[in-house]
Amino acid sequence: MRSIAIIAGGVFRDSIRDRIGYGLVFFSIMLMASSFLLAQLTAGQDVKIIKDLGLAAASGIGLFIATFFGIGLVTKEVERRSIYSVLSKPVTRTQFVIGKYLGLVLTLLINLSIMVAAFYAVLWYLDLTTVSSAKTAWEAPAMDPQMLKAFALIGVELMLITATAIFFSTFSSPFLSVALTFAVYVVGHFGEDLKNLNSIVKSMVLPFVAKGVYYVMPNLSALDVKSAVVHGLPVSGTSMLLATGSCLLYIATLLVGSVLIFSRRDLK
Amino acid sequence: MDAIKTDGLTKHYQVGFWRPRPYVALDSLSLSVATGEVFGFLGPNGAGKTTTLKLLMQLIYPTSGHAEILGSPVGDVAVKRRIGYLPENPYFYDNLTAEELLVYFARMFGYSAKDGRDRASRLLDDVGIGAERRFQLRKFSKGMVQRVGIAQALINEPELVFLDEPMSGLDPLGRREVRELILRLRDRGCTVFFSSHVLSDAEALCSRVAILAKGKLAAIGSLDELTSVGSRGWELVVAGLGGETLTRLKARIAQSTPLGDGRFSLTLPPSTIPEQLIPDLVSAGARIVSLNPLRGTLEDVFVEQVQATAADRFSKKVAS
Repeated sequence: MRSIAIIAGGVFRDSIRDRIGYGLVFFSIMLMASSFLLAQLTAGQDVKIIKDLGLAAASGIGLFIATFFGIGLVTKEVERRSIYSVLSKPVTRTQFVIGKYLGLVLTLLINLSIMVAAFYAVLWYLDLTTVSSAKTAWEAPAMDPQMLKAFALIGVELMLITATAIFFSTFSSPFLSVALTFAVYVVGHFGEDLKNLNSIVKSMVLPFVAKGVYYVMPNLSALDVKSAVVHGLPVSGTSMLLATGSCLLYIATLLVGSVLIFSRRDLK
Repeated sequence: MDAIKTDGLTKHYQVGFWRPRPYVALDSLSLSVATGEVFGFLGPNGAGKTTTLKLLMQLIYPTSGHAEILGSPVGDVAVKRRIGYLPENPYFYDNLTAEELLVYFARMFGYSAKDGRDRASRLLDDVGIGAERRFQLRKFSKGMVQRVGIAQALINEPELVFLDEPMSGLDPLGRREVRELILRLRDRGCTVFFSSHVLSDAEALCSRVAILAKGKLAAIGSLDELTSVGSRGWELVVAGLGGETLTRLKARIAQSTPLGDGRFSLTLPPSTIPEQLIPDLVSAGARIVSLNPLRGTLEDVFVEQVQATAADRFSKKVAS
């Protein structure tokens, strides 16, 4: 456990000093802040626009960091040969992979927390500067704590994307890993459509294949409650728990797969 | 107990995309290194030195064969606590400082953050990294990264340290400091296994060396054994030697050079035993002035072994 924590700490320290990471978080905060200006152009939709843009920015930037940094965690170490010094220390390859994963997850969650703080700061300012009569047109209050549920599920999604990126990077090239990770993200968001494809397509084979893909791919659409919270619709704790539980199981499977592949790999 | 033991260690790689064929990077390497030795692992570029070190660090897996470090199979975490490793052309995390990197590695060995900082500070002093230790590694030159690499290999006071081309990228002062460091390690009983193609380093530091060529062990032994007395013949200086005697003994002499005053310098091939030749010379009226062995340098041995291996490979290829 100690070695895993040390490696995770190393990843965290290295990545919080990475200028690209800083830039991305700064960009997302700027996007949230600028959404305030954009919202001024619309009547009654201001809070919705800010919420939509803020959640999309947190999710998009997080996806970008999880994919590119996740793939770099292993590939960059192998390509640059920094892994040689690490694995000659009392560290197993399993500890290395898990430590790297947890380090990036920690970075992502801290980045997400910063984005949440920036998001609520913008909404707080909007709430402060909006007259009470205009607030009646809002579907949900500006400082709605329900949105934390959407952020929590974005966090779970980013954990899964990171695990996916690491899994692919243990056996394929960085370019292919990026493509495959994005493919999982896209297909994962069409989970329900894949499951119910037989009601749309009149084919024997396609719905069967789609159902197979549905069962293999993570169901990321279950983690997407952004639209619901923006419109003030309730999000049940049970559905959140179920979605999180199935994703954690998927993450565990991906990490076990990553460890098994990486443990047998020659680090040339 | 042997610090390192390999038995038939072999590594094949698949090369070629459409028609993969095996490339033999290391071919049945069997050697042992005793505890406390400074062992030089020599060979030209592409001989298989780094492959061997990677196999010993379990960064790659052998095609066949077996290796042990400090009596345990390679990859054993308990053994990793007792060893250090400097990879060839090391690379570390750009965003960490030298000090942070060493503390990071020290903590992997179970040292507290404070102990790690103390050790890091001492080792960085030893390898000549001064105030730069607080700079991020992205700002370090190649030589400075090499020095940090040496420091990280010693962070746990290892019993056995593997150094892959330790002098690479260092200036003359740095090379001298690393040589002194290796000698200090030897003096405190640490086994040092270092690969290099710089023969002067091996001659200055090693008690034993192995020469690797084209993945095969070409020679192994102490410097004295490899450049052994008489292995290249002898130089015999005689006086009062008649031309007739010289002609008679021509087959047993490689070369004769007149020195003046009736003296000759005779170069004897390794096949001529001086004790058998001298009585014949004396009985022919010659007087022995001096007898000296012709000693080769490590470079001579290295070049001979590497060329012999290449020639052997070529003849096998032609035969097949």
